[in-house]
Amino acid sequence: MNKILLIIQREYLTRVRKKAFIIMTLLVPALFAGMYAIIAAVAGSKDSTMHVISVIDNSGAFKGKFHDEQFVKYQYPGVSVSAAKKQLSSDDNLVLAIPADLKDSVQLFAKKKTTLGLADNIQSQMNDIAMGAGLVKIGIDTAQLHKIKSNIVIKSSEITAAGEKSTSMGANYALSFAGAVLIYMSIFIYGAQVMRGVIEEKTSRIIEVIVSSVKPFQLMLGKIIGVGLVGLTQFILWIALSAGITYLVGHDASSVKSPVYTFVHNLGANAGYELGCFIFYWVTGFLFYSALFAAVGSAVDSETETQQFMFPITLPLLFTYILSVSYLFMVPDSPLAVWLSMIPLSAPVAMMVRIPFNVPVWQLAISMTVMIAGFIFTTYIASRIYRVGILMYGKKASYKELVKWFFYKE
Amino acid sequence: MLSIHNIVKQYAGHTALNDVSLEVKSGQIFGLLGPNGAGKTSLIRIITQITAPDSGEVFFNGEKLNPSHIERIGYLPEERGLYKKMEIGEQMIYLARLKGLSRDEATKRLKVWFEKLGMQTWWKMKIEELSKGMQQKAQFVATVLHEPDLIILDEPFSGFDPVNAETIKDEILELNKKGATILFSTHRMESVEELCDSIALIHKSKKILDGTVKDIRNSYRNATFTIDYTGEHIVFDGTQPFEVIEETAGEDKDYTLKIKIGGSNSSNDVLQYLIPKVRITMLQEVIPSMNEIFIENVNKIA
Repeated sequence: MNKILLIIQREYLTRVRKKAFIIMTLLVPALFAGMYAIIAAVAGSKDSTMHVISVIDNSGAFKGKFHDEQFVKYQYPGVSVSAAKKQLSSDDNLVLAIPADLKDSVQLFAKKKTTLGLADNIQSQMNDIAMGAGLVKIGIDTAQLHKIKSNIVIKSSEITAAGEKSTSMGANYALSFAGAVLIYMSIFIYGAQVMRGVIEEKTSRIIEVIVSSVKPFQLMLGKIIGVGLVGLTQFILWIALSAGITYLVGHDASSVKSPVYTFVHNLGANAGYELGCFIFYWVTGFLFYSALFAAVGSAVDSETETQQFMFPITLPLLFTYILSVSYLFMVPDSPLAVWLSMIPLSAPVAMMVRIPFNVPVWQLAISMTVMIAGFIFTTYIASRIYRVGILMYGKKASYKELVKWFFYKE
Repeated sequence: MLSIHNIVKQYAGHTALNDVSLEVKSGQIFGLLGPNGAGKTSLIRIITQITAPDSGEVFFNGEKLNPSHIERIGYLPEERGLYKKMEIGEQMIYLARLKGLSRDEATKRLKVWFEKLGMQTWWKMKIEELSKGMQQKAQFVATVLHEPDLIILDEPFSGFDPVNAETIKDEILELNKKGATILFSTHRMESVEELCDSIALIHKSKKILDGTVKDIRNSYRNATFTIDYTGEHIVFDGTQPFEVIEETAGEDKDYTLKIKIGGSNSSNDVLQYLIPKVRITMLQEVIPSMNEIFIENVNKIA
């Protein structure tokens, strides 16, 4: 056990101290900040056009309560929604339809796509108004208050010749997307690091010195955990630095409510749950795949020989990824999405797509159990191949060979 | 120190070790000899617990070999290798800690070794910045830093220049004097005669010869002598008490004979026969070198 800790320590420290790691850690938040600056600039320039919003309030709770801002004016024409839509004169004007029952969605109509900033502005104002009204109505009952607050969702629609089309906005999609992309990419990046580490030990021939001190399994596990911790460190630093930058920039230009700020803001209540799931699927997914990557690394003499083994490992992940970002995020509860989120090969990516859309607890439980069983299984298989492979030189490994290695006695 | 009983190790398709038994006594320098592919490395990997035998047992100081012995064995593999991008001092400490030393103890001992071998300036260097000979030296230090009872060296002198080979040889002898048992495999027979107390010769997965170097060489004595003499050239008529194998004439009435003494005759009988005829300048028994014994034995089972 002590020796595994030593190995973890070495694997971790040698990687974290590398220039490439430090540069990557700083570069990503810097890019994030740059992107933020561009978005803020674009959003800022857009906001200089005048928006007139016609509020059609069927609930009666919001009339006269919106306050105008520099480029946003509210008016209360008192006509029907369809009439108001017909009256839209300028491309920059909008109609806000508030239903009598707030359980139905509030709708925003415009001739152009509404900006996220504008929609968020209206949403936050409505939340404030509703909260005020709620407080007055029922006193300070926080549970009730929460209910009122969370029921208000703006569904933004675009008026086109063919009718009204929902435009995707909402942080959920972004979150779903981001989760899938991050998990997919990082499993590859860090899995490949494990593989390269194994190949390095094999080709530099230090492996024989090490395995005369520790068991091959300890070395493999130590390497996987060490690299995994490097990955976690990088994520934590990215999140912390990015949040810091967002906070600083958002704080300075508080007059312009940026989309990024909105995004982070919207995560709000569920952030803990989502982050927890992300970390769980990242860790188990990484363990699942990196064990396989380690086995591949042990079977070859150089990185160029890895192709034939990498293909079947990466294929399911690639398949799930492409399917996720093109289709699954739109139908997160479809049978395909549910099944993919239960199979350990695809679950890390597929489940991350589903997480923002309220996954039933039993499905999450099954998926997580399967993930844990899955990584224990791949680690077992990989370690049997690894212990033989690391000491085999000059033998071109085939699948048949790997099966033979698996069944070797100690 | 090390008792190896009836080890069998099979890999898919071929037998690496076939019923090999060895006895290495405490304090010995033991040579494990054999041509390439004989099974030496397989045997060493079993002793270092990298692999396990299919059958047979290994005892370390009377105890059945188990993971607690790992810390008492130092192993220098034939294929040398270290982490190329890691600083040498840090790497040596890491390897020593894997063998159970504390960080402080490893640092202390490493400093002593570095000073001894003139490596003080290397501490912060990366392995890839060192020459091959320097890397070898570093790896030798890594092998013995935890002061193992048993040091296993696979081809310890390959890759060293004569000066460094001499340094390493001296270090091996010193470690042996301090009590370490040394098992090394080599092809260099002159180093066997120089260093080893005992040897075992492995060929085609089997042990074909073992014992002390002295006994083995003596057992290969076959009453062959060389004699140098000065004087008139002797013409042998068959009545002499030996058989002439070879006759060479040197300069100025110097001759060299290679003879084999037969039957109950001894070297004294030879001298008695020759002394009246010529002046003897040298008589020496021909004891076969380990090299000759090696080649003879290996070719026998070719």
